[in-house]
Amino acid sequence: MTYLITQTLNGLFSAALLFLIASGLTLAFGVMKIVNIAHGSFYMLGVYVASTVVLRTGSLFAGAVVAILVVAAVGFLMQRVFLRRFPADPLAQMMMTMGFALLFRDLALMIWGGDPFTLQYPGRLRESIEMGEVVFPSYRLFVIVVAALVGVGLWIVNEKTLIGARLRATVDDPEMASAIGINVARLSGVVFAVGAGLAAFGGVMGGPILGGYAGLDFDLLPLAFVVVIVGGMGSLKGALVGSIVVGMIDNFGKALVPELSYFTLFAPMMVVLALKPTGLYGRA
Amino acid sequence: MLAVTDLHTYYGESHVLQGVSLDAARGAVTAVLGRNGVGKTTLCRSLVGLTPARAGRIALNGVDITRLPPYRIHRLGVSLVPQGRRIFPSLTVRENLAIAARGDLDRVFSVFPRLAERAGHRGNELSGGEQQMLAIARALVARPLLLVLDEPTEGLAPVLVAEVAAVIRRLREEGTSILLVEQNVAFAVKLADWAHVMSRGRIVHSTDPAALWNNEEVKTQLLGVPPAGAGARPRRDL
Ligand SMILES: Nc1ncnc2c1ncn2[C@@H]1O[C@H](COP(=O)(O)OP(=O)(O)O)[C@@H](O)[C@H]1O
Ligand SMILES: [Mg+2]
Repeated sequence: MTYLITQTLNGLFSAALLFLIASGLTLAFGVMKIVNIAHGSFYMLGVYVASTVVLRTGSLFAGAVVAILVVAAVGFLMQRVFLRRFPADPLAQMMMTMGFALLFRDLALMIWGGDPFTLQYPGRLRESIEMGEVVFPSYRLFVIVVAALVGVGLWIVNEKTLIGARLRATVDDPEMASAIGINVARLSGVVFAVGAGLAAFGGVMGGPILGGYAGLDFDLLPLAFVVVIVGGMGSLKGALVGSIVVGMIDNFGKALVPELSYFTLFAPMMVVLALKPTGLYGRA
Repeated sequence: MLAVTDLHTYYGESHVLQGVSLDAARGAVTAVLGRNGVGKTTLCRSLVGLTPARAGRIALNGVDITRLPPYRIHRLGVSLVPQGRRIFPSLTVRENLAIAARGDLDRVFSVFPRLAERAGHRGNELSGGEQQMLAIARALVARPLLLVLDEPTEGLAPVLVAEVAAVIRRLREEGTSILLVEQNVAFAVKLADWAHVMSRGRIVHSTDPAALWNNEEVKTQLLGVPPAGAGARPRRDL
């Protein structure tokens, strides 16, 4: 029982990080039909930028703020200067994001070196919470709560505001959206930047536990893609459900049958795709 | 109001508009008529910037809008009611209007009370007639100088066609300039102040609508209207 609760909470922690990564990936796909290979790199850049800031200031909060702003700016420029030149060519866009991913990897290696590190825990969140038999690190709970708040925030913006309506209109029909006055190119840049910032935030949130290392970007990318494909490309709700499913499966799978960790991850994806090719909440 | 001069538009290599020139007068309903595939929708797309023309010029009150992006053309006062309506399915009626609106929605809801009743419903829950009204309302909330309607009666029951006609009349009375693109000649000539006939990517005939209605040759050859009293004769299809 204790084991079950602990693993469930661990699964939710993974789900929280996955949601922070996948929500941006799925939004970028929804608006621009971009398959962004560099999305894992945004997460990685987030940890690295934060590590520099935390080293100077000792504050994870400051690290998070700077990382979000820097990486969002990188994402914005990437979209506005490069990706928008190939609006109707998904393959060219994908190859370009691939190029960026490799570029970011080498850049990170050059600036920060390849040694693994973790970020320091913020304040009192280093300690664990004991509830009867269950001992759970308070930081993981904190991350779960923060990701849930981010999810609620994204939901409110998406469903209840004019900007969200413009976003959904663009996902529905980008051409018609431009014809009723939406500057789709600028909106795309903003969405891409927000997605990059969220991934970077995920990197910082995961930093004290998962830290940063060379290859982190491409370790996370397949997980994020499984989440988005299971949940349905372009759907925020799908990203949430997909994150929980993948987070749970990944944790229990690794705990129970570690030698089959890729199988337990990809098999459910195959099943979902076989039954519903658009993913759980995707549209045709 | 609108001056189109020698417009050439392509889809890739396919040369669809082959030198379209036409004017639409301020405050008038100007019809563009033509059979399926002659390039009417392409003309609309070029007007609003969705498929920019490769050559020629589109001027709105003297301002060159030929190569502006769609959102800027929209802001300058050209609104499109597209063929097939293209309502945003996952947005509510209210949202469909709000994202396109300048100012509040009270007025448009008073003109289209049915839409007010359905304000909270999503676009994909509407009937065809409601979608057409919403498409028109979505264009109007931007307070356009020029309203471009691409086959607004397509697929509508007669009672709804009459409703669309009433809306167009009302807008004309209020001074909105309208470019009415139609295959339904009978419908268009009743509303239009002037009519252009399109064939194979060109305007081949410009005339008073009444004169057009009496021009059997143009009607049968270019517009596919069966000749008067044609009951016994086979219909000619080009
Ligand atoms: N997206 C497109 N790509 C290539 N050809 C197209 C496209 N849209 C329309 N066409 C072609 O352009 C011509 C004019 O089409 P269109 O403007 O839709 O005519 P209309 O609206 O008068 O029926 C047709 O021959 C059609 O097949
Ligand atoms: Mg057409």
